[in-house]
Amino acid sequence: MTTNAHIEKKRLETPPATIKFKIQRREKEGAPAHWETFELQYRRNLNVISALMEIRKDPVTIEGKQTTPPVWDMSCLEQVCGICTMVIDGKVRQSCSALIDDLLLASNSDTVTLAPMSKFPNVRDLKVDRSKMFDHLKQVEAWVELDGSYDLGPGPHISNEVAQERYAFSRCMTCGCCLEACPQYGDDNYIGPQAIAQARLFNMHPTGKMTAEDRINGLLGDDGITNCGNAQNCIQVCPMGIPLTKAIYETNRDITVNALFGWLKK
Amino acid sequence: MASSGLKIAIVGGGLAGLAAAMKIAEAGHEVDLISVVPVKRSHSVCAQGGINGAVNTKGEGDSPAKHLDDTVYGGDFLANQPPVKRMTDMAPEIIYLFDRMGVPFSRTKEGLMDFRRFGGTLHHRTAFAGASTGQQLLYALDEQVRKWEVGGKVTKYEGWEMLSLVLDDHQVCRGLVAMNLQTLELKSFAADAVIMATGGPGMVFGKSTNSQTCTGSAVGACYEQGAKYANGEFIQVHPTSIPGEDKLRLMSESARGEGGRVWVPRDPMDARKPKEIPDADRRYFLEEKYPAYGNLVPRDIATREIFQVCLDGAGVGGENQVYLDLTHIPAEVLTEKLGAILEIYEMFVGDDPRYVPMRIFPGVHYSMGGLWVDFEQRTNIPGLFAAGECDYSIHGANRLGANSLLSCVYGGFVAAPSAMDYAKNVERGSSETNGVHAAELARQQEINDSIINSEGGENQYKLHEELGKVMTDNVTVVRYNDRLQATDDKIREIQDRFKNISINDSNLWATQAVPHARQLSNMLNLARVITLGALNRNESRGAHYKPDFPERDDENFMKTTIAEYSAEAPVLSYEPIDVSLVEPRKRDYSSSKKKA
Repeated sequence: MTTNAHIEKKRLETPPATIKFKIQRREKEGAPAHWETFELQYRRNLNVISALMEIRKDPVTIEGKQTTPPVWDMSCLEQVCGICTMVIDGKVRQSCSALIDDLLLASNSDTVTLAPMSKFPNVRDLKVDRSKMFDHLKQVEAWVELDGSYDLGPGPHISNEVAQERYAFSRCMTCGCCLEACPQYGDDNYIGPQAIAQARLFNMHPTGKMTAEDRINGLLGDDGITNCGNAQNCIQVCPMGIPLTKAIYETNRDITVNALFGWLKK
Repeated sequence: MASSGLKIAIVGGGLAGLAAAMKIAEAGHEVDLISVVPVKRSHSVCAQGGINGAVNTKGEGDSPAKHLDDTVYGGDFLANQPPVKRMTDMAPEIIYLFDRMGVPFSRTKEGLMDFRRFGGTLHHRTAFAGASTGQQLLYALDEQVRKWEVGGKVTKYEGWEMLSLVLDDHQVCRGLVAMNLQTLELKSFAADAVIMATGGPGMVFGKSTNSQTCTGSAVGACYEQGAKYANGEFIQVHPTSIPGEDKLRLMSESARGEGGRVWVPRDPMDARKPKEIPDADRRYFLEEKYPAYGNLVPRDIATREIFQVCLDGAGVGGENQVYLDLTHIPAEVLTEKLGAILEIYEMFVGDDPRYVPMRIFPGVHYSMGGLWVDFEQRTNIPGLFAAGECDYSIHGANRLGANSLLSCVYGGFVAAPSAMDYAKNVERGSSETNGVHAAELARQQEINDSIINSEGGENQYKLHEELGKVMTDNVTVVRYNDRLQATDDKIREIQDRFKNISINDSNLWATQAVPHARQLSNMLNLARVITLGALNRNESRGAHYKPDFPERDDENFMKTTIAEYSAEAPVLSYEPIDVSLVEPRKRDYSSSKKKA
């Protein structure tokens, strides 16, 4: 009757009665960080966001101390806006898609640890400021140049193969996981895989190609692509499975080809 | 008069706001773009299925006229038809524009854009980029607007929330007041015109498929300051959502579009795994009742049927859930066509829908109602415009799938020139606006201070939960007048208790408590508009269904509901609609011959 075989997923069989949430707190940027632990009754199908919402309602620590509610960013809760990214049990990821059952199963404990990303200014508690990532998109001119937004008919013919390859890059939600995991990224010294992949996205488009050099120029400065240390952490943590290392490799190749043969065009 | 260009403030950086920003910047004028989140994280990213346009590349004889007909018919003849026609006429060029911007639309073998079928039409009319079309369209506009930001035409204020309009003594909009969500600093933004593009009010229902930012708060503020709110009672409940503790996650209509089948076991307590239940023991209730459209009936019908099946105790396991089954389609086809949305299910439920039928139930999804606008996207307040889900103009009593992305872009593309025309002609200068900005800033600061200093002991989050529950129970799929009246009583009770909230955050830096309290206050006002609009509409039409009044009543209710704020209760009135293009006929999806 059906064509697809069922693959069973491992589930948490014996959950604890209560779950502890160890949360890094910071009053505001520059203030010292400290830890607070909260405890909730176990329920099935909780994710980190549901737990934070519950803690926010009445923030009392495990020691019974009334405290301020933890602050974090959230919006779509479908892992497509990227805003709720944090470091959960030591791994950078979106908190909306972090299911408590899976976390407890993986850590074999009753505690979930939440900390803000460390590579961005920590606004308060679990909230960070990632505006730098949007600045990087300006630096690589991550857009297609249009003559105007008025009606000029359809775009160029594109094979489905190229469309699918571009689609993979175009799913980047600017969450910052790749930058958090990259050993080279920090202190403005390296633009990082996110912006390189976005440059690649537009350099693959038939119209975007025409201004590929402008994008590549944005990657040739002191903070440019040569800072990549090939640790390949980025591709491990990208929640959208974007082939970031491929983007870096192919962009490097374009730069080399351009350096060797660019003069032929002149 | 200043010699420089015009300054237009846009509130909201989703598809509608960015579409307007691009057009205004391109025309050489300046934009202040105010958004609660970085615009690239706006709720438009959640739209999965696609964008409609009768491009007719499949040789089916599709046309904008048919798209118009499907839209007003799907909307159960409550939309004014001229703007719908203008939108469906514009749709092909909108899709082509996104193609030129580099959106990775799925392609045919020839390298053209591919189109799929969606609910409420018999044509392949929906362009799509994988299963995250909204994300892809939003990013395309985000990129174009970033270019204008680099060019100095657009200034973004991300992490700012609008609190109110600045109106002068003649009720003319001169700008707005917004709050910095980090510092709680208030700032007034002077503008020659303001465009609202803030999306829907899903958070009024507590849990919905909407993002957490979709509170309707800014629109609620406009309403309180005199903007008319239209058709508030028309709330679309999506037939297929995934119940969750923090939100209801959408399972896109494209799951049905690609062949998904909705069924329940004939015996609800059937203990077998779903795949072990043979066809004879399954009830494909949509296919049985609607042979022509089958699983692709429009949303309101699918919702009501699923709701009714569960109400009758026939849901899976006797609970509020039915199967949405894709497992008869090869896994690799599903991965290519629906990959992103199936990942969502697996990510949040744990089962892989390519192998296990999904369990779904209806969830609040979209507001057809919103700020009243004329055919040029002008609200009744001079200088105030609206576009996208926050305006009421296109979808009538029910929205068709893949028409929302289109209506957002259309709304932005019409609001922008309309706002520029207005701004060119409006009288400007300090004599006109002197003092009104300072006065509005002071008024808003006072409201903030009173929230911060209030110590009555009520918990704002618990109040919000109570509001969400009563709205979801009584003002969604099935509506009864006694329960609607009781709901309004309950909302007023919550409004009273709201005056006694104590925010539970002593640290005001980047606090969520003050913004949430401001939003809740506005949500309560909108909840009354939605509830009383439903109470007073004694008929069934589109998403609005009353078992006590099961028929559509064109004579009395083929009219737009208009709500105007008063401290006592919303003042309701009714405005006739323009049906000059498609003659109203009975909406019936049980056969494919739908002409009356």
